[in-house]
Amino acid sequence: MHTFTLAELAKKLRAKEFSATELTGALLDRIDASQPTLNAFITVTRDSALAQARQADAALAAGKAGPLTGLPLAHKDIFCTQGVKTSCGSKMLDNFVSPYDATVVEKLNAAGMVTLGKTNMDEFAMGSSNETSWYGPVRNPWDTQLVPGGSSGGSAAAVAARIAPIATATDTGGSIRQPASLCGVTGIKPTYGRVSRFGMIAFASSLDQGGLISQSAEDAAMVLEAMSGFDPRDSTSVDAPVPNYVATLDAPLTGLKIGLISEFFGKGLDANVEKLIRDALAVYEKLGAKLVDVKLPALPLSVPTYYVVAPAECSSNLARFDGVRYGYRAQDPKDLMDLYKRSRGEGFGAEVKRRIMVGTYVLSAGYYDAYYLKAQRVRQLINQDFKRAFEQVDVLIGPTAPDVAFGIGAKTDDPIQMYLNDIYTIGANLAGVPGISIPCGFVRDLPVGMQICGPHFAEAKLLNVAHKYQQETDWHRRIPAAYSKEKLS
Amino acid sequence: MSAANNGWETVIGLEIHAQLQTKSKIFSGSATAYGSSPNSQANLVDLAYPGVLPVLNKEAVRMAVKFGLAVGAQVAPRSVFARKNYFYPDLPKGYQISQYELPIVAKGTLDILLDDGSRKTIGITRAHLEEDAGKSLHEGLPKQSGIDLNRAGTPLLEIVSEPDMRSAKEAVAYLKKVHTLVRYLEICDGNMQEGSFRCDANVSVRRVGAEKFGTRAEIKNINSFRFVEKAINYEVARQIDVIEGGGKVVQETRLYDPDKGETRSMRSKEEANDYRYFPDPDLLPVELDPGYIGEIKATLPELPDEKAARFVLAYDLSQYDATVLTSSKELGAYYDDVVKQLAGDKLPSKEQAKLAANWVAGSLAAALNEHNLEITESRIDAKKLAGLLVRITDNTISGKIAKDVFEAMWSDGKDADAIIESKGLKQITDTGAIEKAIDDVMAKNPGQLADYRSGKDKLFGFFVGQVMKATGGKANPAQLNDLLKKKLAG
Repeated sequence: MHTFTLAELAKKLRAKEFSATELTGALLDRIDASQPTLNAFITVTRDSALAQARQADAALAAGKAGPLTGLPLAHKDIFCTQGVKTSCGSKMLDNFVSPYDATVVEKLNAAGMVTLGKTNMDEFAMGSSNETSWYGPVRNPWDTQLVPGGSSGGSAAAVAARIAPIATATDTGGSIRQPASLCGVTGIKPTYGRVSRFGMIAFASSLDQGGLISQSAEDAAMVLEAMSGFDPRDSTSVDAPVPNYVATLDAPLTGLKIGLISEFFGKGLDANVEKLIRDALAVYEKLGAKLVDVKLPALPLSVPTYYVVAPAECSSNLARFDGVRYGYRAQDPKDLMDLYKRSRGEGFGAEVKRRIMVGTYVLSAGYYDAYYLKAQRVRQLINQDFKRAFEQVDVLIGPTAPDVAFGIGAKTDDPIQMYLNDIYTIGANLAGVPGISIPCGFVRDLPVGMQICGPHFAEAKLLNVAHKYQQETDWHRRIPAAYSKEKLS
Repeated sequence: MSAANNGWETVIGLEIHAQLQTKSKIFSGSATAYGSSPNSQANLVDLAYPGVLPVLNKEAVRMAVKFGLAVGAQVAPRSVFARKNYFYPDLPKGYQISQYELPIVAKGTLDILLDDGSRKTIGITRAHLEEDAGKSLHEGLPKQSGIDLNRAGTPLLEIVSEPDMRSAKEAVAYLKKVHTLVRYLEICDGNMQEGSFRCDANVSVRRVGAEKFGTRAEIKNINSFRFVEKAINYEVARQIDVIEGGGKVVQETRLYDPDKGETRSMRSKEEANDYRYFPDPDLLPVELDPGYIGEIKATLPELPDEKAARFVLAYDLSQYDATVLTSSKELGAYYDDVVKQLAGDKLPSKEQAKLAANWVAGSLAAALNEHNLEITESRIDAKKLAGLLVRITDNTISGKIAKDVFEAMWSDGKDADAIIESKGLKQITDTGAIEKAIDDVMAKNPGQLADYRSGKDKLFGFFVGQVMKATGGKANPAQLNDLLKKKLAG
């Protein structure tokens, strides 16, 4: 039953082909079996998952089930889950059991979904390879010598290996889309403000956005509707109605104007990846779409802009981890300063420290104007670029990442090379627009993702455009050989 | 110590922190009540748990706007919350949410009354919203510090003045004026003991006539009007000593020690934090439309200066009386109430208003002061005081007797009529009775009568005194005057 999409599972639960408890049990077994190799989970919540599943079965039997009742999912360990360790991939929070649920968790619990556990991630979502996790790297199910991408590497690997049918994730600079691309799954980052950030541990508040990693656009549509919407506890969440995303999945694409960002094709992009994107565009042309070249001249500045804005916000957001109220606390501190220094020095990993230092620097007196303020201005330009582009076209399509998955350890000594992995995804975060990555083929037997971006709140359009492609292709149904059998050894 | 201090001029600016009396905190739903057991009013947002977010309390915004309008300031159509980053145990997030580049209120003014009766306008640079920090607790915790986060997140309005004050007295007058105003507006309870109204002073000195300001020191921890004056005067003397001794004043933060009556260095400019302010991405800019500001403007109460001006204009009160009577909202209301009781349905006459002013600002204020009571705690309420004053205006008692009645009212709480009745203090206005008393006095003092009639006019007072004595002071003074003149003339 692991090969079914969420949409298929929903039908089969109703048809009583199997129960939610059976489904949950089977997936928990797959998770346990895969853990030594993939390391996709930080915490597996077997008991509470089975309890939720039994409740779901009761609701299904009583005819009181909603569309998502009994469907299992995994949460990225950045979402606070009441009574369950919420580590954010860090030693700093290894002992932190959240006393409350994030809004996203609350909503999906209320929808009757079953939480399998918490997925591994780069520490505090800072990384593009899942190698910064204090719990060790996640491995790519397509080739366990390779990274799954990051920071939502655990969620992407779990869905790719079909040990979870769908997983929540977050995206600050590409942390949903890039691992989705590298693992051959679907990943949607909604518009900034679409999904509540309450209970989602902050990395860079103006960029962070919760979303999903799923097997298909259709699956994402089902769950996104349930997790979106205004939250009075998050001032930056937007009070706009949430559409029925499933209802418009099949809308025809005749006349759809697809923009190709000139800046994204050419130098830096693997030629084989480019070819796959061109093939996908041909599929869209067949479906009646038109291709238009667009220019976003400020977009190439998105990586340096991001690496000022995100660390600046992170340096402040992570100040609360001081060893005083919760989390890691250094042993026998001499005094207050010693408590701060050692708790933070011992509790945070190298990449987190690097970003805190960069962020502290760019906000300092005398450097603020040259770095932070300038980055904010460039961010405005990038915003305007996207705005102008969406006056000409409905969506933008291009590569999600410059290449397929790379080897574990291959880029850990070169932060700049690592950062460049997000070159195509960061723009959407800076502009706050939604983006989705869907599988569009294989290079050297490794999956390649294609990114579709739209204007603010165009999630329905993105899901529609992605779904139509997935009706024409089966890339998204491919499963890594090692995980194709139901019972994993 | 005053402005002209051997050729030195003092320059003072104040930063006032007024806790806004909202029911809940500025960015969380926790209660703001004072004095609860430690950390009982701190929720996950106040404790800065991972993942929590601030949500702005609209009531705090409304209160800040009220203040802005009351000081004739610009209320910003768009203001921005910023993070002030520093590490301290009573600051759970590691940053304080404040306003930096774009405060909600800018460029206001407030007038103070100087000793010589003239007015001085003090500029208000800005007023911005921010959250209060928690408190460190050391008592009863050997080798440890406790943290109480009940206060963390309490809304503050920081009111920053221009360096417009030239003496400690002016600084106190300004501080009192702001104190009066925030209580009029009902945005702050003004309780300095509990720390809901606090102030830091920026103090510098320069040679009289110098154009440039001297180097300033910021004095923290001055939590009473008296300490403000003492701390500033100490600091001014210290700075003058330093310069006259050939030294230089350094820019630093100094702490006032009320026990020793001195200020001492806390940290120098070099040691000051770099707060790395930047706009808080968790909060949207506060955007206020003119309609909203207009609505608040319409609800503003009569402000102290307006009220004082009305008293001067309508009631002919002196500026001093008017200022005293408007020094608190409660006192002003008390006075208005007394006047209203006196006048009944009619408009109050100037005489009535003046009489009420004399009594409220005079005997009543003195009694309150003597017993260290607030007007709201007065043993004589407005209705009772008006009851006394009515008996003066209707000639039942004289002003002099009224003082005795007032004393009795204050001590036993009865109303004026009961005291006048029981003590037989009713003024004699019966012409016959007064005439009889005059006749008796004239008969008993033939010599003085003869002298008076032969031209010794000064003896008139003697006869007034004698008749008053005979009537127990109860003869109506005006009537007595008239009748006595006639009788003595023969």
